[in-house]
Amino acid sequence: MRGGGRGRGETVAENLNRGLHAVLGADEGAYLLGEDVEDPYGGAFRITRGLSTRFPDRVRSTPISEGGVVGAGAGLALAGDTAIVEMMFGDFVGLAFDQIVNFASKTVTMYGTRVPMRLVVRCPVGGNRGYGPTHSQSPQKHFIGVPNLALYELTGWHDSTDLLREMLAVGVPALLFEDKILYGRPHRRPGPVDDLFRAEPIGTTADGPPVMHVHPVGLPPDFLVIATGGLADRVHAALRTLLVEHDLAGHMLIPARLHPFQTEVVAPWVRQAGTVFVAEESTAGGTWGAEVAHRIAQNCWPALSGPVRLLHSRDAVIPAAPHLERTVIVQEETIGRAIREAFLD
Amino acid sequence: MGTRRLPDTAPLSRLRDEDLSRLLLIRHFELTVQNLFAGGHLSGTTHTCLGQEYVPVALEPLLKDDDYVFSNHRGHGHYLARFDDPEGLLAEMTGRHGALCAGVGGSQHVRRARFHSTGVQGQSLPVAAGTALHLRRTGSDGLACVYIGDGTWGEGAVYEALNLAALWRLPVLVVVENNGIAQSTPTSRQMAGTIGGRAAAFGIPHLCVGSRDVNVIREQTAAAVATVRDAGTPAVLEFRTDRLGPHSKGDDTRPAPERAAAAARDWYLRYRDRYPEQFAPADEAQRHRMSVVAADVLARPLSRWEP
Ligand SMILES: Cc1ncc(C[n+]2csc(CCOP(=O)(O)OP(=O)(O)O)c2C)c(N)n1
Repeated sequence: MRGGGRGRGETVAENLNRGLHAVLGADEGAYLLGEDVEDPYGGAFRITRGLSTRFPDRVRSTPISEGGVVGAGAGLALAGDTAIVEMMFGDFVGLAFDQIVNFASKTVTMYGTRVPMRLVVRCPVGGNRGYGPTHSQSPQKHFIGVPNLALYELTGWHDSTDLLREMLAVGVPALLFEDKILYGRPHRRPGPVDDLFRAEPIGTTADGPPVMHVHPVGLPPDFLVIATGGLADRVHAALRTLLVEHDLAGHMLIPARLHPFQTEVVAPWVRQAGTVFVAEESTAGGTWGAEVAHRIAQNCWPALSGPVRLLHSRDAVIPAAPHLERTVIVQEETIGRAIREAFLD
Repeated sequence: MGTRRLPDTAPLSRLRDEDLSRLLLIRHFELTVQNLFAGGHLSGTTHTCLGQEYVPVALEPLLKDDDYVFSNHRGHGHYLARFDDPEGLLAEMTGRHGALCAGVGGSQHVRRARFHSTGVQGQSLPVAAGTALHLRRTGSDGLACVYIGDGTWGEGAVYEALNLAALWRLPVLVVVENNGIAQSTPTSRQMAGTIGGRAAAFGIPHLCVGSRDVNVIREQTAAAVATVRDAGTPAVLEFRTDRLGPHSKGDDTRPAPERAAAAARDWYLRYRDRYPEQFAPADEAQRHRMSVVAADVLARPLSRWEP
């Protein structure tokens, strides 16, 4: 680890780097494979810095072969090792779809008895950085509902060391989506978010990782937004404006595990709020939010004041030019407007 | 290297009884499978290795218990050469009690110890590279052996894995059963260049084996396998062989003369004619064994499984 991080507070990238150091340090059968992950480069987003220097045999820069390298990771997992594979951009995880869906996840049960597979595929995702149509996507939705495949997303609040430990302990292959926009942001602790909002973990560990609950202090919810880690800051900004300018108290729940979704953990808050939104950066159609909305409707129907509303990006490719990109990707203003409109209905 | 040698038709040498029995077990297993399908006792699909039985039987003593073996859709012979367990495999294929994988995997997805098969072409090569990386770290002298067909060389996964295996010096043994056809498409209609040429591009040694004589094959391949194990570097063994049956069930599109020519090269007939006294009782024993196995397995209750 680079020194000095703690003085100015840790970034999300540094927190994740520390988590990876912890995994590799604790388990001599743990590997990290990916394109350009070795020092001094340390990965396209510098998340793997220091790892190859400390663990030269087990941290390897690979050829540009996403399918092959995830397959090799699956082979390590099959042999009882732990493998973390970095996609340089999450957009490329499609090249490893077969290894993830048809081998790694299948292997857990298709041979009749349970075969634990400790494999994590890390996917930097999301836009708002001007990278254009093939380097900005949020492919989470393409992996929902695959038996024995767990989907996680980095948040600004969850500690990566705990999260990675939990992901590996379950013994099913996992994808970790990491919104690139978070990397440079401060990693936060539960507690005050600003002068109006607080963050607290809810849900017991038996349910999976805690869900972060961000809420205006002392105010019961007029509505609830369930948001991915990548969108949490945009949703928080919108909630603040809605509270200050429109006197609407919105609560936000941020799960670190997207799938399987922890419906039981969010259900009490859904029932209390009655009005529910699900926010994510994916483009429209077949989204994570649609899956969450369905589960909430199944579980909490009588308590809902109306349909669960989905907040996401438009059904369009993600343009490179910033002024165009902003019109496609869901933004703070889009979120605020959609929530206001729901209350005007 | 890279030349398409025709399978040789030199007289077969006399085999040890256990090798002959294993060859015949696989042959009668596959014939039984065909009959069970015809009789409506098997569901889904299957791919028999009729004609190719000698490949895994020849290689088996060159492999060790802690080697990983990755098999493919045409994998019954690979399994039976390694494990004398026609009951478990047939129970798997019929979803009966005692099934290897509770009937979940079926014909194409079986696992036992370090043997795994999968129904997706080419998928196993990168996985094998990963297991080989594990073997190297743990100081084992094991290797990862992967069976693929000629058609599977159309998959990009094969090249990604060959590159990794060569680059990282991984003990991966790629066994190619080049039967000249993939489903309905002749190799000549789907492969530019040669398997040897492709291996050479990665600096991976390639050995082409035309013989169907188990003893000869062992002699010809032992050094190459030992090098994979000892030097920890990959190799490609290409067997020029024949698929005698259909691709799966009743889907043989080859013209009759071509099928007849393949049948004439069958080790089974050639061995029968050359060693009738050894062959006849061994053949009858395995035929009988399989009929007993089939009756036993079909009488079992259905398998159970909880996801
Ligand atoms: C990725 C993938 N594509 C297609 C298939 C369907 N398929 C099964 S076997 C086969 C032919 C394979 O040919 P080859 O590799 O030559 O092996 P052979 O059947 O001749 O033993 C095909 C196309 C498959 N199982 N997996």
